[in-house]
Amino acid sequence: MSNNNHGGTGHFWIQRVTAVALIPLTLWFCFSLARMPSMNHEHLSAWLQSPLNATLMIIVVAVGLYHAKLGLQVIIEDYIADRGKRMLSILAVTLVCGLFAVLGVVSVLKISLGA
Amino acid sequence: MAEFTLPANSIVKKGKVFTAAPDAVNVKTFLVYRYDPSTEMNPSVDSYQIDLDDCGPMILDALIKIKSEIDPGLAFRRSCREGICGSCAMNIDGANTLACTMAIEDVEGDVRVYPLPHQPVVKDLVSDLSNFYRQYEAVEPWMQTDSKPPQGRERLQSKEDREKLDGLYECIMCACCSTSGPSYWWNSDKYLGPAALLAAYRWIVDSRDEKTEERLSALDDPFKLYRCHTIMNCATVCPKGLNPAEAIADTKKMLVQRNL
Repeated sequence: MSNNNHGGTGHFWIQRVTAVALIPLTLWFCFSLARMPSMNHEHLSAWLQSPLNATLMIIVVAVGLYHAKLGLQVIIEDYIADRGKRMLSILAVTLVCGLFAVLGVVSVLKISLGA
Repeated sequence: MAEFTLPANSIVKKGKVFTAAPDAVNVKTFLVYRYDPSTEMNPSVDSYQIDLDDCGPMILDALIKIKSEIDPGLAFRRSCREGICGSCAMNIDGANTLACTMAIEDVEGDVRVYPLPHQPVVKDLVSDLSNFYRQYEAVEPWMQTDSKPPQGRERLQSKEDREKLDGLYECIMCACCSTSGPSYWWNSDKYLGPAALLAAYRWIVDSRDEKTEERLSALDDPFKLYRCHTIMNCATVCPKGLNPAEAIADTKKMLVQRNL
């Protein structure tokens, strides 16, 4: 993508790509949880031991939060007219989503690798 | 922030009531928004009872009857009375449309007549469309070329290329579409709106125009184009049956294909 955030097309395209990617990812996540014998720490930890499950889980967290950030940015741009407040709000959303993404990835790795 | 509550002087009050003649049988009530910014008065909704047996079939006929026979102070725009000039665009029964092509009998119950939403009101049903026209101008809706036209002739276009303009060129600039969109309500200072974007697309796909790239680049903006969230109000209300949302979607598609 040549002109990314400033143009708007990059944002538009990535929002759609992440949305489409989240369809199979969310389905996989929901089915995996549904197939869990019970929702306790032991079973979930065992499930995340599998490299495939851990990898997909990291992708769910990263793609999901990236998509959330893009969507929240659109809502902020829609409703906050003041330029300064708009920029600050988008920055805050970006930081919070980034924080949760890193937290999610580290958590998955910690459980998966048993550290 | 977007405004979700009205300022105190914008609260619409109950206005005057004009009853029909006692012998009238086929009576319909028209609730019409009244506002005169030159006074300190709040807007009000006046109620006019109209004898439909003594009135033409369209909403515009009733408004003209009100102005001619009941209340000469009522302000509204109208010209062609056949859906081609776009002057009488207003909000009727909760949706933007042309008063001249909307039949009275298609409205159940009282007929609510308001100006186009979220635009400054000049008076009563007359909206200030200056911003709307500036947006139209901003997309440079005229043919732009670098090459010279064929000697002594107009620029020709194949039938197929001409057909690409169907559904685009018929816009009458009535502003029903743009003023029906929440995105336009909140950001009309930055978002071009469906009417201007339809006009932009009309020139983007015109085979004779040579500024396609420049036109696309000018629209590649989070606000000018991408405030459109495919709400589809524009296509729903267009009195000419056009689909600006589709033109906007096609513009986005062209931008993605160009940028990828």
